[in-house]
Amino acid sequence: MIKSYHEPLTFDQIKAGEGLKAALKMTRSEVIKAISDSGMRGRGGAGFPTGVKWNLCAAAAAPEKFVVCNADEGEPGTFKDRVLLAEYSDKVFEGMTIAGYAIGAKEGIIYLRAEYMYLRAELEAALAKRREDKLLGDKIKGAKEFSFDIRIQMGSGAYVCGEETALIESLEGHRGEPRNRPPFPVDTGFKGCPTSVNNVETFAWATCILAKGPKWFKELGTEKSAGLKLFSVSGDCDQPGIYEFPMGITVADLLVAVGGEGAKAVQIGGASGHCVPYWEFDRKICFEDVATGGSIIVFDFDRDMLEVAMNFMEFFCEESCGQCTPCRDGNSAILEGLEMLEEGVCSQSYLKELCELGETMQLASKCGLGQSSPNAFLSIVKNFKDELLGRGE
Amino acid sequence: MLVSEQDVLKQDIAAWVKHYGKDRCYLIPILQEIHRKYHQCSEFAMQVVADELDIHPVEVYSVVSFYSFLSHDTHGKYVVRLCRTISCDMAGKDQIANQLVSDLGVDFGETTPDGKFTLEWTNCLGACDQGPAMLVNETLYVGLTPEKVHEILETCRRTFGVYALQNKEGHA
Repeated sequence: MIKSYHEPLTFDQIKAGEGLKAALKMTRSEVIKAISDSGMRGRGGAGFPTGVKWNLCAAAAAPEKFVVCNADEGEPGTFKDRVLLAEYSDKVFEGMTIAGYAIGAKEGIIYLRAEYMYLRAELEAALAKRREDKLLGDKIKGAKEFSFDIRIQMGSGAYVCGEETALIESLEGHRGEPRNRPPFPVDTGFKGCPTSVNNVETFAWATCILAKGPKWFKELGTEKSAGLKLFSVSGDCDQPGIYEFPMGITVADLLVAVGGEGAKAVQIGGASGHCVPYWEFDRKICFEDVATGGSIIVFDFDRDMLEVAMNFMEFFCEESCGQCTPCRDGNSAILEGLEMLEEGVCSQSYLKELCELGETMQLASKCGLGQSSPNAFLSIVKNFKDELLGRGE
Repeated sequence: MLVSEQDVLKQDIAAWVKHYGKDRCYLIPILQEIHRKYHQCSEFAMQVVADELDIHPVEVYSVVSFYSFLSHDTHGKYVVRLCRTISCDMAGKDQIANQLVSDLGVDFGETTPDGKFTLEWTNCLGACDQGPAMLVNETLYVGLTPEKVHEILETCRRTFGVYALQNKEGHA
């Protein structure tokens, strides 16, 4: 029921304990250098260089530091973390342990979304097994005086908690409302201590990088987006599921692999991503072109793009934390505008105003949610305007 | 000795606070425990938690009202959450939604009069490749069809009332 992938993944080639063993032979700064040299950028979608994050966290002077695994995978169309946690949890735990060693943390926390509660029992069992094997807990095997343990804390159903400062607020027992940045979590994070918050997939790749060497990773992908990436493919294609591709693959190539040729548009990066129309399928999926946390949703020619846009905006109206005005009011204003379009009572000048509102939200919202929520709407209006206009009875 | 329901709740909360630790950081795990057993976080429960953790009850309320998996209202024994996000929508969630409404006899956001089922919408469940998908309490069901919905609800119904009794007596 949970398994869903097509080709064997790179994670299958790495033996349990291999990455950690390699890391523990190095000094802390060598581990961080390996991650920096690999060129890996955060796999959650924002794409912050992982090596830089770990380095900042390692450099911060504090008695206590934390490693947090962001398993609050809520982006519509994303399910790679579910597969990773169900099938490759060891790689994730190992990546967290490596991060703990590199930055000097003793405790790791997995913030698991409430919807994935069914994974918890197996994850706890896997953690217990690692403690038994001395890969977690007091004095980890192969290291001098390095202790590290991981606990799981459940989320409670809030998309915004995938934003790292909101996630920390939630871990501390507050409403999941994003904080002002700076200070960044690498400096002032969980309980005010330096905290490295990384995506599930980032940790899994960190394990592979340590096992196979940074050069292997760097040579894959493009110049600014190194390495391999998991893609969660859903929608109108023959074979939805998890795919592993190097960064920089074109939309067209990806569609061939998943059996989605003949699509009208592809939503890349989930509800907060961009809608790429069929005449732009030669675009590359990487940080320098269309960025993604891995969500690929395929739409064929029968899909009504207005309905798609409405679904996305309903999602954001529901999930906005309500803290800042551009996001709280902007999303509902756009949704209302889409409903007017559906009824055929939205003038073109009003639609233009809504697009300007969207651009304001991108600039003025406090966190990534509000800054990216108008993306889908704006790209659908830009590319499929003819489809949206002139409706009514 | 007669023990009131509130006393039991108080003892439970004290035990959970002891288990997790008297720290604001564990507020959400404690509320989740309350919700799992009592299907709601009542005003009384929130007050007790606030007293135990030494914070203002409004702080507890602010957390309960923020998260969609915590609720101040009573929820049914089974909470059915159907995913309404794009991939499940395209896979035909409307038909499943209609069938759920017919089979349960309540609308989305409502609880059946017998207090057994609550029907709710939810956002992306991370099962986009196998939609339509829904959660029943903590169990994920994928690839739903209207017929499967009936089977799933029947499985739930067999755990209470006359069915459960039959099972216990070995007549099932």
